[in-house]
Amino acid sequence: MKPAKKLTGVALLAATALTLAGCGGATEASSTHTSAAPGSVTLRMTTWTSDATQLALFKSVADSYKKSHPEIKEITFDSLPVADYTSTLTTQIAGGNAPDMAWVLEKDAPDFVKSGALAPLTDTLKAAPDYNYADLNSETTKLWTQDNQLYAYPFSTSPLVMFANDSLLKQAGLPTSAELQSQGKWNWQDLAALGSMVKAKTDKDGIIIRDFNYSDWSNLASVWNAWGAAPWSSDGKSCTFNSPEMNTAFTYIHDGIFKQHAFPGPGTSPDFFAGDSAFTVTQISRASLLKDAKFGWNVLPLPTATKGSYSVVGQAGVGALAKGSHVQESEDFIAYLTNPSNAKQLAQFFPPPRTSLLTADTLAATNKLLSKEQIQNAVIKGIAEGQTKASHTNSAEISQKVKAALDPMWQPTADVSSVLNNVCSAIKPLLAG
Amino acid sequence: MSVLSKVTPVRGAPPGRSTTRQSRRPSRLNRRRDAVTGYLFVAPQVLGILTFVIVPLSLVFYYSFNEWNVLAGTFKFVGAANYRQLVSDPQFGEVILATVIFSVGLVAINIPLALLLAVMLNRQGRGIAVFRTLFFSPVVVSLVAWTLVWGFLLQDNGGINGILHAVGIQGPNWLQSGPTAMAAVIVVQIFKNVGLNMVLFLSALQGVPTELYEAARVDGATSRTVFRRITLPLISPTLLLTIIITIVGSLQVFAQIAVLTQGGPGLSTTVLVYYLFQQAFDFHHFGYGSTLAIVLFLVVLALTVLQWQMRKRWVFHEN
Repeated sequence: MKPAKKLTGVALLAATALTLAGCGGATEASSTHTSAAPGSVTLRMTTWTSDATQLALFKSVADSYKKSHPEIKEITFDSLPVADYTSTLTTQIAGGNAPDMAWVLEKDAPDFVKSGALAPLTDTLKAAPDYNYADLNSETTKLWTQDNQLYAYPFSTSPLVMFANDSLLKQAGLPTSAELQSQGKWNWQDLAALGSMVKAKTDKDGIIIRDFNYSDWSNLASVWNAWGAAPWSSDGKSCTFNSPEMNTAFTYIHDGIFKQHAFPGPGTSPDFFAGDSAFTVTQISRASLLKDAKFGWNVLPLPTATKGSYSVVGQAGVGALAKGSHVQESEDFIAYLTNPSNAKQLAQFFPPPRTSLLTADTLAATNKLLSKEQIQNAVIKGIAEGQTKASHTNSAEISQKVKAALDPMWQPTADVSSVLNNVCSAIKPLLAG
Repeated sequence: MSVLSKVTPVRGAPPGRSTTRQSRRPSRLNRRRDAVTGYLFVAPQVLGILTFVIVPLSLVFYYSFNEWNVLAGTFKFVGAANYRQLVSDPQFGEVILATVIFSVGLVAINIPLALLLAVMLNRQGRGIAVFRTLFFSPVVVSLVAWTLVWGFLLQDNGGINGILHAVGIQGPNWLQSGPTAMAAVIVVQIFKNVGLNMVLFLSALQGVPTELYEAARVDGATSRTVFRRITLPLISPTLLLTIIITIVGSLQVFAQIAVLTQGGPGLSTTVLVYYLFQQAFDFHHFGYGSTLAIVLFLVVLALTVLQWQMRKRWVFHEN
C-alpha cells in the first residue's frame, strides 16, 4: 500500500472515531508455494458468525493447517456483527487494515468480484493436492466467478425452506405439515388461509418470513419466486418490480398481512423458534435453533404458487483479499479449509457446494436434527433446483432505495401497483448505470 | 533626559525600596524558558486537536473533491463533481427537511421542558433530590441500550400501545408512518438528554441572587414578571449555552435513527448524519459522503456563529 493512502485511511478512521490499528504490507508475488520464513505469517479472516461451535471448528482446521505449514504463526477469526458486516469490512480496507481473508455476503458478491477486491482462487484450488475442483457444482459458483476465475468459494449454499410448528397446528385443530403436503395443500394460498386460522384460534402468528422484518425485502424472494417474479431482468439492466407476476405476489403478501392476518404485521417481532408462529421461511442452517425445541416441528420445501416447484438459495463465500498482507498464503489456507475432507466437516453447519457431499447419507451424518428424508426433500433438492437471491453491483444503494420506496406498501390502504411502479422509478437510474 | 524620568515606581512596591521595570524584566534566557514551558503545557491539546480535528477535517475537505472506490482501490480527482451531485441529488432535499424537522422539534421541546423541570425542582423539600436524580438518570444510561428499550416500547404490540389500550385508546404503529416515527425519535432523544439541560438550568437558577427576588416582591411584582424580568435575563448565558449544544447535538443525531428507524419509513427520518453515513460506509461513496460532511460542518459552524453574534441582543452581561 502506498504511504499516502495509508495516511488518508488512518485519518478517515480517526474522523469516524473507529479505533482500528495496523496496516497491510506489500502484496507478495503470486506463486503456488510460499517463500515466507517460518513463523512469519499471521492470517486474519473476518466472519459474521459468533457461534462458539462453528468458530471452534474453524480454529481446529487452522491448528491442523499450522502443523504442516511452518510459515504460519497464527490464523485468527475475527467475528464482526452481521448487521454492519460489509460496512465494517470496507472500513477496515479503507483504513489500510484489510483482513487477509473474508466471508462475503451473497448480495455483495457482484461488488467484491467485479471490483478486484478479491484475489482469483482458481489456480491455487486446482493445484491443491486432492482438491477435486471439478466437484464444485458450477451453479453454486456462478455468482462468484468472472472470466472463468473463481473469486470466492461459496462455503455455504443454503436453501430457504419452510419450518412448521406441528404442535401449534394441532392445537388450532388443523392438519400437520406432512398431512398438508400429502393432501396437496402445500401452496402459499392454502398456507395463508391456515395462518389466518392459527391467528384466530391461538392468537399466535401464521407465517413469518424470517429476517424480512419489513426492512430486508430481498428475503421476500422466497415468496415472489413462487409466481416466477424477479426484481430485475437477468442482465440486471431493467426493473421488473412492476411486472404482473410481482404485482400478484405482492398483492398476496399485502392481503396476507392486512386482510387475512396470516403474516405478522409491521412493528412486531414474533419468533418461530420460540413457538410464536405456525410456519417460518428461513435457511436450513437455522435448524440448529430447534435443538431444544419444546414443540413438534417439521421442515419442508417452499410451498408453491403458479410456477410449480422452485427453490431459493442463500449463499456466503470466502475469499482472499487482494489487498491483504499475505495473499498467496491466504489462498493456500482457503484451499485447505475447503478441501473435500474439511468441506465435509463444515457441512454440519453450512450446506456445501461440492456435489460429492450433497447426499442424504453424508449430510445426515453431520446434521443429527434432520432426518434423511428431510435432507433429501428440503436440502438436496433445494440446492439442486435453487436459484440464488437476486444480486447486483451497487447492492447496498439499490437495497436502500427499494426499501424506502417499498415502505408505503406496509400500510393497510397501500396501492400495490402504484408502490411497485415507484420502486422501479427509484432504482432505474442505478440499474442503468 | 533625567534619570528620574526613566524610573517608574512599581505599583504596590514597599515604600523606600527602589525598583524599576528594567530590573524586573526577565532575561532573554528566562523568556525563552517561559515560552518553552508554555508551549509544552499546550502541546498535548494542540497535538490532539491537530490529529483528531484539523487533519481529518482537512482530509475530508480534500476527499470531497475526489471519488474513492475502496473496493477497487481507486482514488480519482473529480473537481466539484460531488458538490454538483449534491445540488442534483433528488434525496438531498428530503434529507434536509427531515434534519430541520428533527432539530426544530427537539430544540423547541427540549429547552422549555428542561427549564420547566429546573424551575419546578429548584426548591427545597422532601423527595426533590429523588426527582432530580430520576430526570437526570437517562443522561448516564448507554445511548444504544436506551434506544433499544424504546424500540421495544414503540412496537405495535409494545408497552406504549399496551398502556394506551388499557385506557381505551388504539395507539398508532409508531415507527411505521413518517410523522409518528419522527415524533417518536424526537421524544426518545428529549427524554435521553433533557436531564442534562435541566441540571444546567438548575445550576443557573441557584446562582440568581435571592435579594433580587425579595426586592421585586416588595415592589409588588407578580411571579410571571419576576420570572420574565429577573430569572430569564440572569440565566440567559446558560440559555445560550444550552441552545447551542442542543442544536449542535440535534444535527449530529445518529444512533437513535440507526437503531429505531434506519432512516425510514421512506426517507422521513433520514437526517443528514445518517445519510452521510449511508453514502460513505454503506454505499462506499466516500467522496460524496465527505461532501455531505463538509455541508454538515458548515451548517453547524454557521448556526453557532449566528447564535454567538446574536447573544449581544438578549444575553445578560453581553450587551
